[in-house]
Amino acid sequence: MRQKAADALPGSSWSPLEVNPNLPPERADIVIVGGGVVGWSIAYWLKQKERAQEAVKVIVVEKDPTYSQASTVLSAGGIRQQFSLPENIHLSLASADFMRNINHHLGVVNEDPVDLQFNQSGYLFLANEEVAHIMEENYSTQRGAGAKVSLLSSTQLKEKFPWINTDGVALASYGLENEGWFDPWILLNAFRRKAISMGVIQCCGEVTGFKHTLNMMTNADGEQVHFQRIKSVKVQMPNSLEYQPVECAIVVNAAGAFSGKLIDMLGIGSGPKDTFAGIPLPVEPRKRYVYVVHCPDGPGLDTPFLIDYSGVYFRREGLGGNYIAGASPEELEEPDTSNLEVDHQFFEDKVWPNLARRVPAFEKLKVTSAWAGFYDYNTFDQNGIIGIHPLINNMYFATGFSGHGLQHSPAVGRAVAELIVDGNFKTLDLSGLGFKRILDQEPILERNIV
Amino acid sequence: MLLTWRSQLRRRELQKKNAYYGYTQKLYGADIAAAYYILSLKGRFRFVGQLAWFYTDQKGKFSWDFLNHKNTLLEEIDMSYTDINYAGLGNLEEQRSLRTLSFRGCTEVDDWFLARLHMFQDSLEELDISHCPCITTGGLVALRNLKGLRRLDVSSLPGISSPGLVIILLEEMLPQCQIIATGYDHSLKQEEQ
Repeated sequence: MRQKAADALPGSSWSPLEVNPNLPPERADIVIVGGGVVGWSIAYWLKQKERAQEAVKVIVVEKDPTYSQASTVLSAGGIRQQFSLPENIHLSLASADFMRNINHHLGVVNEDPVDLQFNQSGYLFLANEEVAHIMEENYSTQRGAGAKVSLLSSTQLKEKFPWINTDGVALASYGLENEGWFDPWILLNAFRRKAISMGVIQCCGEVTGFKHTLNMMTNADGEQVHFQRIKSVKVQMPNSLEYQPVECAIVVNAAGAFSGKLIDMLGIGSGPKDTFAGIPLPVEPRKRYVYVVHCPDGPGLDTPFLIDYSGVYFRREGLGGNYIAGASPEELEEPDTSNLEVDHQFFEDKVWPNLARRVPAFEKLKVTSAWAGFYDYNTFDQNGIIGIHPLINNMYFATGFSGHGLQHSPAVGRAVAELIVDGNFKTLDLSGLGFKRILDQEPILERNIV
Repeated sequence: MLLTWRSQLRRRELQKKNAYYGYTQKLYGADIAAAYYILSLKGRFRFVGQLAWFYTDQKGKFSWDFLNHKNTLLEEIDMSYTDINYAGLGNLEEQRSLRTLSFRGCTEVDDWFLARLHMFQDSLEELDISHCPCITTGGLVALRNLKGLRRLDVSSLPGISSPGLVIILLEEMLPQCQIIATGYDHSLKQEEQ
């Protein structure tokens, strides 16, 4: 009785209609779909760049708070500058700069400082005779962009790393600085903690639909082009039919491997074949396996993240003789993406032979654990897509990174925030990674994809 | 609010101290600029072929004799207990015949700083990074490039978690280097009852 009287007074939060407190607010300025490291990075940078305090209301919608299928936490966590595209090199350099000053950017008052557990080990790429000239070209591009890499000949390689079998290796490219690996979960949580402390609202739910308005215009060829403008995003609560339409001004697609599904809800890709509306977003999930192996006689503390020309890679994990290894499957042998089950036969057939050939100590190893994760694979040219969609007037994309989303996330977040707040790229010019290349069907290929 | 002000003031102070001495470099050359930078941070150094050390006293005063030795490279630098950081290493970029480097007790020396030391990989023989609170195991890995190192001092680093194992791995990584690591408690921890 006393409780009922207390609830009836104006100060209490009781109301006769039961409202689910987990629903997102009815209105927001920017809705970021996808709560991975790219989504939270964009949220942080938007709040960092807003012109006045609380000027922008940002919501991050993530459908799985356990992150069981998110690419961020399942990644091997490496960062490298050894790319062939200058935009990628600059993105990596900017992200490494960010991580170096991470406590200045993401430090929250009265909380523990962020410790990324960054291992400054560098990447080592091996090339055989056929691709050695590509490696040399890449080296000059990387040096020109400011990355600290060095080329090693076969004999120098053997001297530096006596545990490598240098058969077939013509040239090797070794990163000296700003390369290595770190813990992606810590980075994600650092972004999330800082963004929430700056006022970003986190919502757990799935985006199941959009309400948009259509504008029809006729282009020079006399064809009708439909321009859409998203009016509201329908966010459905997990395991329930309850949903909340969130009215918003801008939607950012940072859904990673599931970006393609999101766009299909808007009907992009289902238009007539030779028009812009017929070109779908070329991002699809691709499953990649990561195996944890234990080898007591393996290479020591200075093991770089070694990537062989056969596509096999491995890196040291911790101090106890554990390593993480994997390989990219061939185009035609892509595994099924309906689940995240691990195929151990793949390790036996494709990874172990090449690994043991390259590092003889790995002939005696034991697989202790394995997991699988999705790449948000850009089937068009394996490079990220950053920019606004030509047919949807208020949807920004930051997806399709094909395995580099994590290492580029701080710089990509800043780029998208600049696009939204300033209207144009200010620090890094990433217009080459926009939608134009997809509409013109001109791929910019990245030659160093792992 | 006061905490943010204090950290911002400290950050600005560090930035000013470790700024790039571009003007000095243009007027006097890279070596004198590096020397001036070291003296303004209260460090000490010695030129190649000389026996005398140039240093700053407690009040911040130093002798300007180092200006007499233009275009002489520095051989030994002692920056113990100073505020040198990653940006400040840019001032020492050109020193290709540096043999001894000491960063004992520097609070701003962290893993990224160690990674940037690769620019001295051809000449560096002695390195002292003891008592630096911000260095972790990931940073010690960055010393992989310094193949010419003969003497490394990693005593009393509070940031590394299992010092015994890390020192053994370091010895494997740098076989010709003598590693000094005192100040660690290698005894087994007692189990809580």
